Amino acid sequence: MSLPVIEARRDRRPPIIAPGHTFETVTDRISRVVLRRGTPRGWIVGFALSFSLMMVLFYATAVLLFRGIGVWGINIPVAWGFDIVNFVWWIGIGHAGTLISAILLLLKQEWRTSINRFAEAMTLFAVACAGLYPVLHLGRPWLAYWLFPYPNTMSMWPQFRSPLIWDVFAVSTYLTVSLLFWFVGLIPDFATLRDRSASRVGRATYGMLAMGWRGSAQHWHRYETAYLLLAGLATPLVVSVHTIVSFDFAVSVIPGWHATILPPYFVAGAIYSGFAMVMTLAIPIRKFYGLEDFITMRHLDNMARVMLATGLIVAYGYMMETFMAWYGGNPYESFMVLNRFSGPYWPQYWLLITCNVILPQVLWFKRLRTSIPALFGVSLIVNLGMWLERYIIIVVSLHRDFLPSSWGMYAGTIYDWSMLFGSMGLFLTLLFLFIRYLPMISIFEMRTLVPGAHVEEEAP
Amino acid sequence: MRRPPIYGLLAEFDTPTELVTAARKARAEGYRVMDAYSPFPIEELAEALHFHDRRLPLVVLLGGLFGGVAGYALEYWTSVIDYPLNVGGRPLHSWPAFIPVTFETTVLCAALSAVLGMLALNGLPMPYHPVFNVPRFALASRDQFFLCIEATDPHFDRVITRRFLERLDPLSVSEVDH
Repeated sequence: MSLPVIEARRDRRPPIIAPGHTFETVTDRISRVVLRRGTPRGWIVGFALSFSLMMVLFYATAVLLFRGIGVWGINIPVAWGFDIVNFVWWIGIGHAGTLISAILLLLKQEWRTSINRFAEAMTLFAVACAGLYPVLHLGRPWLAYWLFPYPNTMSMWPQFRSPLIWDVFAVSTYLTVSLLFWFVGLIPDFATLRDRSASRVGRATYGMLAMGWRGSAQHWHRYETAYLLLAGLATPLVVSVHTIVSFDFAVSVIPGWHATILPPYFVAGAIYSGFAMVMTLAIPIRKFYGLEDFITMRHLDNMARVMLATGLIVAYGYMMETFMAWYGGNPYESFMVLNRFSGPYWPQYWLLITCNVILPQVLWFKRLRTSIPALFGVSLIVNLGMWLERYIIIVVSLHRDFLPSSWGMYAGTIYDWSMLFGSMGLFLTLLFLFIRYLPMISIFEMRTLVPGAHVEEEAP
Repeated sequence: MRRPPIYGLLAEFDTPTELVTAARKARAEGYRVMDAYSPFPIEELAEALHFHDRRLPLVVLLGGLFGGVAGYALEYWTSVIDYPLNVGGRPLHSWPAFIPVTFETTVLCAALSAVLGMLALNGLPMPYHPVFNVPRFALASRDQFFLCIEATDPHFDRVITRRFLERLDPLSVSEVDH
């Protein structure tokens, strides 16, 4: 195929920004969401619902602090239950944000521009939700600072050979770096809001956050270097975080956990669930705020393709686990797989396979990749499937290990469920506040996509 | 040196191309102390102003090295010297187990130095800057492009520089008060 033909084919894809936009319209359209007077009724209703759901989390946490972790369904042998399932699920969701903002930046994927800001916000809030669970699982969460190495009167130090302490470092570094990346991206947009805000409070608040940013060429030069370096640092970081999360399992000797495939398959699963969550959030937001010009069908199509690809990697992971259980000849491993297929948790297992492997195959079809209801449905299904995956990995492996005399059963209690749904309330509350008070699309990066943003060189 | 009566002269342009051309011409005219302001990063602009600063990557490298060494040293000192714990006769200095934390502290310190280094080299936070005295400058964060020739430039002359800037076909030229 000759080059012009490829070019022509490429041009037929929907644009990443609708035609007719200028620096002015891009700035005004995005900043208007934040700067408008009065709050839309839909926002108030959504915020109220999320806030109530967050109160459920607070109630469940209060009960937990008062009565101890016995209110959860965990027991011996299943000492890790919903808390760790939810932790891994939320952390995984966060990973797509970093992937979009860092990895796609390094790969010069311009379409990432209109979704990176809220994907990064999603990362932050998801990591905040994830961080709650291991801390609450400690039993005495008020002593959580014991996890950090600091000189203390007990003359003790953390055990650095344990994956659990690696986790502390990985998750806290990830939260810090995600916050830095997000904040650095916001600085020029804070300056825009400072200059555009009509209220005194707005000018003062955004002014302080912008720190005197004035768009100087020298500043932009260093800014871009810093942004690129941060992206370069965040890329291995995001891979390391879910790898270390998988080490929590892989370093142990439990059947189904002690496998070298866990790190890559955890990372792929994280990106899979994260893109599903970005899609779940982007579809209603673009509709409600009329941002279809900026988050176009092209974005949704690309995200669907990433989901399809990572979903296939995850499916390969499931296949390899099963294959190795047979090929490895270890009776405990093969029992674990049979127990997944036909043990007491078989409905959850087969639901997981349906949600994560079978149904997402519809994304092969272009017609469904460009249908909003289909995409929204698939994204919800994948979110559910990825939660079930962690449930299966944790519960099914623990409940029947080596000795039948130590077998047991596990089910979440009302407090487990209220913490899961309550954490969604926390997540959505933070997200609603973000949408209302901060620009949800990076304004300065959108300006670079406008035709006319490129310097035309005169012939010398 | 006597403080010049004004900070400089600010010319406003409509497109990035005009701004880059103006910056090049000002440079060719002999002006050196100047800065350009735009609502988004323009690669050619730093080039046109001959602005090169390679210190930031070095700051990040040093930050990362510090983080890595400090993280590993912490693990070594606590596990081998201050609190040796014999776990099934395994070596106290079990270096493979120390790698994940070393990696994380490296990335953490490198990222912190990237952000703090960028802000420090840019002189931010800066609560006051003279260019904000020009009312039109509020558009620098929206859709307009500005070139400021500062009064400390040896070639600067309130009248001649103004005439030069007006020849570049700007939307407006304003004096920037201190």
